[in-house]
Amino acid sequence: MSRPGFLLSAWPWRAAAYLLTGAVTGAVTLLVIVAVTAVCGALALLLVGLPLLVMVALSGLPVASAERRRLRLIDDDPASGRHREPAAPGLRAWLTTRLRERATWRELGYALLFAVLLWPVDALAVTVALLLPLSVVATPLLLATVGGGEETKVLKLWTVSTWPTACGVAVLGLLLMALCCYALGVAAGARAELTRVLIASREDELDARVVELTSSRVRLVDAFEAERRRIERDLHDGAQQRLVALSMTLGLARLDAPPGPLADQLARAHEQAAQALTELRELIHDIHPKVLTDYGLQAAVADAADRSAVPVDVDVELPGRLPGPVESAAYFVVCEALANVARHSGATRARVSGGHRDGRLFLQVCDDGRGGADAAVGSGLTGLADRVSVLDGRLALSSPPGGPTLLLVEVPCESVPAGTADHCG
Amino acid sequence: MLAEDSVLLREGLIGLLARFGHEVVAAVGDAPALLTAVEEHTPDIVVTDVRMPPGFQDEGLHAAVRLRERRPTLPVLVLSQYVQRTYASELLDSGDGSGVGYLLKDRVGQVEEFVDALHEVATGGTVLDPEVVRRLLRRRHDPLQHLTPREREVLALMAEGRSNGAIARTLVVSEAAIGKHINGILTKLNLPLEEGTHRRVAAVLAYLRG
Repeated sequence: MSRPGFLLSAWPWRAAAYLLTGAVTGAVTLLVIVAVTAVCGALALLLVGLPLLVMVALSGLPVASAERRRLRLIDDDPASGRHREPAAPGLRAWLTTRLRERATWRELGYALLFAVLLWPVDALAVTVALLLPLSVVATPLLLATVGGGEETKVLKLWTVSTWPTACGVAVLGLLLMALCCYALGVAAGARAELTRVLIASREDELDARVVELTSSRVRLVDAFEAERRRIERDLHDGAQQRLVALSMTLGLARLDAPPGPLADQLARAHEQAAQALTELRELIHDIHPKVLTDYGLQAAVADAADRSAVPVDVDVELPGRLPGPVESAAYFVVCEALANVARHSGATRARVSGGHRDGRLFLQVCDDGRGGADAAVGSGLTGLADRVSVLDGRLALSSPPGGPTLLLVEVPCESVPAGTADHCG
Repeated sequence: MLAEDSVLLREGLIGLLARFGHEVVAAVGDAPALLTAVEEHTPDIVVTDVRMPPGFQDEGLHAAVRLRERRPTLPVLVLSQYVQRTYASELLDSGDGSGVGYLLKDRVGQVEEFVDALHEVATGGTVLDPEVVRRLLRRRHDPLQHLTPREREVLALMAEGRSNGAIARTLVVSEAAIGKHINGILTKLNLPLEEGTHRRVAAVLAYLRG
């Protein structure tokens, strides 16, 4: 509107069209709402109308939808008012979803406000802003026709009796018209903003998006976890078994082979098979350790400590099994932390402690190394922090130069009492 | 008696055992079948995989532990694809820890060592995979801190199920020296010489159970 070309652009017309259609739509809305309420009220006496009253409650939906469409007349940014998808197909689920939604009731509120208050304002604004300057501009015309060339009244207030004055008033009217165009723009803009605030709730939409994002992240992590297990199982039941069988066959062949180059080659092949088996075993373990699935986090952490090159004291006491994703995330955090201890810290001893209190899992990994670790710099911890945050948990690292380094993980979760865990005996 | 769900390995193991003059009275593919087959055949030794149907978790191990509960003297050799202290402890805790073995599946390839281990378990010995032993030695410092390095070596080899002669050959010393070391270990681990206890097993268990 502050642009110089505003008066010559389509915007004043669009503003006028917006207000004009607003007046019409509002009047129609009022009529429909009154009619529906009256009919339903009358029928309610016969109890048949009671369900129909729900229709009144839902009447905000079509109004808001029409209003959002009308908003495009004046607003380039489309206003979205997405409603939630019903959980199940069918009218009943749709009704329950809608009636439970805040947006539905806000839209009903808007429809009532629109029907009672806003459309007369629209009508008034468009009338005043258009008719006032037009009638002033038309003064010479009025003087010639209605006034018979002698006198006419401008806005029924001032009497004009000469042609020069009439022309002067007409010029003034043109100025007034320009002014009114701006006023129209302001009025339509304010009106559109009000509509937007009431029916296009950005917050709800943002909330919905955040919920959707979070759940899609959780789905991703779950899919990732399932894939890990599948790969582990495939390697375990396929490649590993075949390699063991191969190694066994080679071992038997060595027994039968007479000493000589053949026996030497067999021995080499046998060694290589054994080496491949060892590597494959380590690989499978890194993908998803069996002890985690079978015995849970406590045993898996003890196992990780066993594997660590730096001696590790373990003091983890858990009441039972934890949900799978929590166990996995916590385990991989501990492994990554211990790997970092062995690789970078120069520590001589590390300690893993933890427990489950007040519905939260706590784990703490500390070492007596030189410190100075930074989770943000090229360490696998960032990815793990992401995985922990998907579970609503937190990962904190304290590592001042000179040490000691302390890593804390906290994940809210319910523990499953021992014995009822997902564990076949 | 053999329990292994992979047909490939099962057939291979049957062939291997037959070659060394052992008879496989039954070869089954899942844990429930193992339990019923043992009832039926009363074998000299049970060789079982850890991970087996129906759940592909640790059914084999649990079947072995249950068998040992029913018949504490039944020798059981468990093959695992993983070195898992938890599995080993669970197994050693069944019965008095004698006549059990816990080996990585890879060791099957070392045909002769495997057959030796099988024999050791069948005659009431305890066999732990070298990998498990290595971890235990690294981890369990406390009960072992009074042992000399050589005594630890001897203890590790004992845990692997080697006889005195075999240990002597590995360390290139005389069998008498090994006997002396073992006595030293037993004294330091405070294991009294009693009739009827399997001292070698007791020594291994002493530090395993902490």
